[in-house]
Amino acid sequence: MKPADRRRLAAWLAVITVAAVCIALRGRAPWLLDLPPAFVVPVADWFNAFMVWFIGAFKWLFRAANWLLGWPLAGAQALLQWLPWPATMAAFCALAFAASGWKLALFAAAALFYMALTGHWSPSMNTLGSVLVSIPLALAAGFALGVAAHRSKRVDRVVQPLLDLMQTVPTFAYLIPILLLFGFGPVVGVVASAIYACPPMVRNTLLGLRRVPREALESGLICGATGPQLFWWVQAPSALPALMVGVNQTTMAALSMVIIAAIIGGSADIGWEVLSTMRKAQFGQSLLAGIVIALIAMLLDRISWGFADRAGRGAAAAGRSRNHGRGGRGGRGHGRHGRLKPWLLTLIALAIFAGATAFIPAARVYPEAWVFYPADAINAALRFVTANYSAATDAVKHAALFYYLLPLKIGLSQAVTPFSWGVALTPGLVWGYAAAVGVIAWRLFAWRGWRPAVAAVVGGGVLYFGVTGLPWPPFILASTLLAWQVGGRRVALLSAGGWAFMLLTGVWAQAMLSVYLCAAAVLVCALGGGALGVWASANRRVSNFLRPINDTLQSMPLFVILIPFLMFFQIGEFTSFLAIIAYAIVPTIRYTEHGLRHVPAASVEAAIAMGCTRRQLLWEVKMPLALPEIMLGVNQTVLFALAMLVITALVGSRGLGQSVYIALSNADPGLGLVAGLGIALIAIIADRIIQAWSARRKSTLGIA
Amino acid sequence: MRSCGGGGAAPLGPMNAPVKIACRHVWKVYGDDPSRFFRDGDGGGGGNNRDDGGGDNRGRNAGDVPDNRALWEEFEAAGHIGAACNVSFEVFTGEIFVIMGLSGSGKSTVVRCLSRLIEPTAGQVLVDGEDLLRLGARELIEFRRHKMGMVFQNFGLLPHLSVLDNIAFPLKVQNIGRPQREARAREVIELVGLQGREDSFPRQLSGGQQQRVGIARSLAVEPDMWFLDEPFSALDPLIRRQMQDEFLRLQKRLHKTIVFITHDFLEALRLADRIAIMKDGEIAQVGAAAELVLNPADEYVAEFTREVPRARIITAGDIATVATVDAAATLDGVGDSGDGDSTVTDARIDAAATLEQLMARLADHPGGVTVQRGGETVGRVTAVQLIKALAARD
Repeated sequence: MKPADRRRLAAWLAVITVAAVCIALRGRAPWLLDLPPAFVVPVADWFNAFMVWFIGAFKWLFRAANWLLGWPLAGAQALLQWLPWPATMAAFCALAFAASGWKLALFAAAALFYMALTGHWSPSMNTLGSVLVSIPLALAAGFALGVAAHRSKRVDRVVQPLLDLMQTVPTFAYLIPILLLFGFGPVVGVVASAIYACPPMVRNTLLGLRRVPREALESGLICGATGPQLFWWVQAPSALPALMVGVNQTTMAALSMVIIAAIIGGSADIGWEVLSTMRKAQFGQSLLAGIVIALIAMLLDRISWGFADRAGRGAAAAGRSRNHGRGGRGGRGHGRHGRLKPWLLTLIALAIFAGATAFIPAARVYPEAWVFYPADAINAALRFVTANYSAATDAVKHAALFYYLLPLKIGLSQAVTPFSWGVALTPGLVWGYAAAVGVIAWRLFAWRGWRPAVAAVVGGGVLYFGVTGLPWPPFILASTLLAWQVGGRRVALLSAGGWAFMLLTGVWAQAMLSVYLCAAAVLVCALGGGALGVWASANRRVSNFLRPINDTLQSMPLFVILIPFLMFFQIGEFTSFLAIIAYAIVPTIRYTEHGLRHVPAASVEAAIAMGCTRRQLLWEVKMPLALPEIMLGVNQTVLFALAMLVITALVGSRGLGQSVYIALSNADPGLGLVAGLGIALIAIIADRIIQAWSARRKSTLGIA
Repeated sequence: MRSCGGGGAAPLGPMNAPVKIACRHVWKVYGDDPSRFFRDGDGGGGGNNRDDGGGDNRGRNAGDVPDNRALWEEFEAAGHIGAACNVSFEVFTGEIFVIMGLSGSGKSTVVRCLSRLIEPTAGQVLVDGEDLLRLGARELIEFRRHKMGMVFQNFGLLPHLSVLDNIAFPLKVQNIGRPQREARAREVIELVGLQGREDSFPRQLSGGQQQRVGIARSLAVEPDMWFLDEPFSALDPLIRRQMQDEFLRLQKRLHKTIVFITHDFLEALRLADRIAIMKDGEIAQVGAAAELVLNPADEYVAEFTREVPRARIITAGDIATVATVDAAATLDGVGDSGDGDSTVTDARIDAAATLEQLMARLADHPGGVTVQRGGETVGRVTAVQLIKALAARD
């Protein structure tokens, strides 16, 4: 062992010793588990005091903004409400056709017809109206910020951490101060959604502008282009593919937030429809409304992605279609008008169609009599299922709770009881467990060195005492030591500071509950998603099957994912757990497949030439090379899981998400800030550690 | 003596043409505050006790920063990185001046300093006697719009514009109306032989075609100065050869003042009127191809010339001038006063003839051949001199 390794191992052994001592003492010194209230720094109160002052001083400004934004919002919603439904449908079909063709146009027609058919037309149009107003706001702000950050390093330095916070602070936490500042009403949703949807546009704008080839820039400069010419004629068009990806992501984020904003009520939109029925346990109703949200999400995603994809495939495709059917000179002018005309024609046709149908009552408003609303049938079916198969669902639920979730949460030491496991935890069993952990650690040490051995000991300890049973000093020490060894001093400082913040602001216990649930879900996602990713990388058919499912899950507003699990497993931690997995597993699948597929071909060929079996090829060659990429997927999974974690507070998960939710109900911005920052800090600490590890590993392997 | 090799540029060009571009003591240093190394008189430079009597405090226009390695080491010690080190050369009107060097030698930096795509840290770039580095932003834009064209290694085309629009782009930038700029663009398209591809987009073209677009675009404004940064390096060898021929054909028609960057010595030999060889940011030697081959300034230059087919590069004139110094007078005397007959008049060769051609002539006239340039006798060449010139040096 090298001296540096020996030092690292010694540090870990020290942490394990501290942990042992703290655990031994925790009965006598409860402050090791959580600080007593006397030590809590009242950050929440300070922030509340600040908010009181701030609202008093600037309320008029935000109320004016509210009034100002109310106009376009009311306009958009009134227009969509006024438009005859066949006209709206035709407009969406035209847009979908322009984005990607007949298939999507058909899908658009079907989706909009579903809204009318099930009687959700009016709330759907209100939601679309909000989205239509918030998207341009988010795009404009995101583009401007991105350009500013590209131009000035100083702006960039301010913007980057801000983006991290905007994307990791849970959306509920945003809502509180916005609610207080802007007052009640639908504008709050639009503002929150514009803020939340802005970061992807900023990032993609930055990315696109940075990736403009240096020579393209220089070719502009050498022609003598002025600043604005260079920007609008060279940089912006070259960055267009990335900008369009930003538009896609921003659109989806805006929709997601508009839906979530329903939680504050006050707008008769589709999000409210889902939430209110869900609260009343009317699952049939909320499922029918949830499908509307899912359809809107898919539609907006496919349309904006269609345009992004076109921009990405570049002018090549457009050029080919333009080249058809004409030759020689003057063709250019032709092509130009030829492209504009269909647009104008479509618009005119749509306007005429709208005007004409406006006089047909059945088109103006979808008739009541045509509505098909099978909510009661669904409820009846659900009752039948729960009545007859509850034994099966309960068995699944209890198995997961007793053998997985509870041990992680409170530790084997408390989870193993005659009631749950059928055995009591005798000293003999405890010693047996300790011995097993020791043997595993020893074998790992001999096989792969000290790192997995230490991981086994730490894991064995956590499993025995439970995440919530861990005293804070060893937890913070271990996290910070890991951060330091992987990412250096800055990451270590972040880790220490972040955990200290949660400890001192009095949300430690909630934070540990969140860490536990997040870890439980991420573990399943990493193993299950990893396995699916491996399978998809080896099998085209599996890959083709998974892709649309992944796309759909990822573009889905978080609420909707809760519904099916809620229907079968009722309110509780298990439902939260499943919902988190369903949403957060996607990135691991994707990154694993991508990473395995893009292992350098030369390495794979060399391995095959040496006579590797498929198994050897996977485990000895592909896995090690793809692991940094896979870990980036796991990183995304952690972030997704934390985002979903907050939403699951709606169905009774506990932890920081619950605190944020309570803060929102009580309009308590201080608690919202503290708990929201807690979530964000957990996310950022995990993110920095994993990213640092991945980057280091990649550079060791000499790949990108 | 690599560092002062730049001084080798002759005051008058091979074609007796005036100097178009003069690059004087140009430095490019990257780092936090590179200009402090070129501010004399203030202590910030950390012991600027160089022996210049200039007392220069004009900042980056320090035309007389002495060329020493010490300065280089001084700023490298301070965490700065040098890309161009005291580069000086002159380019004559209508000549093809090739800057040759391996990757990282600073050749791209130098050509970008000439167009101020990179701001030099110190030095002067004189174009027709006017210092480019003193131009304001507006003047620079005007200058670039009318005087410069540049071709890039990876073409630098705009992916969202068609061939026609790409080529017309420099004119669009000048706010020239669509009909005029498209008419001009079509002219240049014809010049580079891309008729029929006007409406294609860059991605639909092969590398060679893309570079033709790049060349056409750079010529659209009819610039005086034409910068080509490794224009053919990204192309296949066969295409590269073909493009070189076309480049020479174009230059025969257009007579631009050209700075051509390449890492390929053979390409340099094929195209250049004169070649500057760069190494580690410095100019190792400047001279015509034969000069580099016959009298390499150092081991580094010699290394490049080793594989060169000398018989095709060196001309009769090159070795004849060498011969004149000791033998021309006496030989002339003997030839004129002695026999004065047909043997001498027959055994003539033009100074521009390569040694390959000279060999055939010498085979017929073992006694020696008279070398002439424009009807005037320059000297005489014997088989011994020929063999000496061809013999590889260790």
